[in-house]
Amino acid sequence: MARKPTPAAKTTVTLLAWTIGFLIFFPILWTVLMSFHSEGDAIKSPVEMLTSVWSFESYAEVQTRSNYGLHFFNSVVISVGSTLLALAIAIPAAWAMAFVPGRRTKDVLMWMLSTKMMPAVGVLIPMYLGFKNMGLLDSRLGLVAVMTLINLPIVVWMLYTYFKEIPGEILEAARMDGASLRSEIVYVLTPMALPGIASTLLLNVILAWNEAFWTLQLTTHDAAPLTQFIASYSSPEGLFYAKLSAASTMAIAPILILGWFSQKQLVRGLTFGAVK
Amino acid sequence: MATQHSRMAARVMVAPSVGLLFVWMIVPLVTTIYFSFLIYNQLYPDRQGWAGFDNYYYFLTDRSFLEAIWNSIVLVGGVLIVTVIGGILLALLLNMPFWGQGIVRIMVIAPFFVMPTVSALVWKNMFMNPVNGMFAHIAKAVGLEPFDFLGHAPMASIIGIVSWEWLPFATLILLTALQSLDSEQQEAAEMDGAGRLSRFIYLTLPHLTRAITVVILIQTIFLLSIYAEIAVTTNGGPGTATTTITYQVALQSLYDNDVGGASAGGIVAVILANIVAVFVMRMIGKNLDA
Repeated sequence: MARKPTPAAKTTVTLLAWTIGFLIFFPILWTVLMSFHSEGDAIKSPVEMLTSVWSFESYAEVQTRSNYGLHFFNSVVISVGSTLLALAIAIPAAWAMAFVPGRRTKDVLMWMLSTKMMPAVGVLIPMYLGFKNMGLLDSRLGLVAVMTLINLPIVVWMLYTYFKEIPGEILEAARMDGASLRSEIVYVLTPMALPGIASTLLLNVILAWNEAFWTLQLTTHDAAPLTQFIASYSSPEGLFYAKLSAASTMAIAPILILGWFSQKQLVRGLTFGAVK
Repeated sequence: MATQHSRMAARVMVAPSVGLLFVWMIVPLVTTIYFSFLIYNQLYPDRQGWAGFDNYYYFLTDRSFLEAIWNSIVLVGGVLIVTVIGGILLALLLNMPFWGQGIVRIMVIAPFFVMPTVSALVWKNMFMNPVNGMFAHIAKAVGLEPFDFLGHAPMASIIGIVSWEWLPFATLILLTALQSLDSEQQEAAEMDGAGRLSRFIYLTLPHLTRAITVVILIQTIFLLSIYAEIAVTTNGGPGTATTTITYQVALQSLYDNDVGGASAGGIVAVILANIVAVFVMRMIGKNLDA
């Protein structure tokens, strides 16, 4: 509201908002804090844990006891690979639909979205058996393919809503000035489309990084990304809180940072442009 | 502008996306439908044949199916209630002027970026564990008996975990919608003597309706396929207390090896999801015209 709030009101809101914000963030903060303590200290009471010795012990242990690097690598390959592949397929499509819309463009877009509504369990069995027969179970290649297809509708939609905002008159103006199709694409459209493509890339890497249905069903070890690796802590042996914390911190840190950059795009991306 | 030539080019550009999605959607779906009419259990390869509607009959009349449907409704409904009401309150709060808005926003949105297996395991162990969890430590500190959350209130606990993951999403979308609220209208209403509550009910809430609908519909789609949170916390138990349709179908196919029965369950899940999807599509389709 345009009206200036009283200092007292602003202080109250500030306190309340910070308290709630802190409580929501607390589980993440606590995980990070716990990762810097030993296993024995991690199960002590919160005060005792915070006052115990800080160490990088559990990070070292996660590295040596498990093949953390492999799972991290798998996560990167699967999320980035599938996103780039989806972009390569989707950019021409979104482009054509935004600039040369036909009579059925809207129907095609809606139909693409509808594929996203299909629950994964509806196609799990043939996918699983098919992967098994083709030897694609627990392979990065198979997972990249699945994740590409899962995110393709969102990628097309996001790009479409971004491309749609590029005014068509600019193209006509460039053409009048004698620009060839090639220079039109390189000098006029690409610079205008890049921010949209970048946000699409970011949001989809995040979604693919955190995807936890197909990654859990189709991988066991060799191609297992971090989602599956963390899941292995659900039936652990011995004390594991500090190790789980360290592994979790490493698994969420990169995406948390990327995520904070993508806040704004998140809304329009996940609502398919319905809320901007 | 659209010449015959460019139309042709446009079709070629759209074709790969459409083709791939078509294959991805149709081939597995038709296969699932086909399997759902077969007697097909990988443990008994000699028993084969046409099952007719038997798989559907067994799946739909099995008591666990009704339980699973009920569990899915409770999970999705519970999370929706918590995140929508919580999201509205939180968005209203964050929309007011205060110091450090950027930082609070960052803290509030954070859980959305945490992978499901991490959030479920962190809550299960570090917070809800009846011996070493934070809640148990707090209970002991104030002289209460620690509560076994996942043992005695499994569904409520999972609703809590999933709500923590999705509250940021609801808040962010509702906040975005709030920011486009016409402040002059609010001020005019205030001058006419409308109280805080009536301004909220007659101005803010109607403005938010569309965003709330979007939140409900999109979350429903994602929540219906919740899997990891159940798999790493309760495994669907104790008993079948937290077995949803999605989880049951996954169990039936991967552990019982009952391909036919699980396929029938999968198709039932598809039909249920489609009922929701129809509403989503209408909503977004309307926006496309605007």
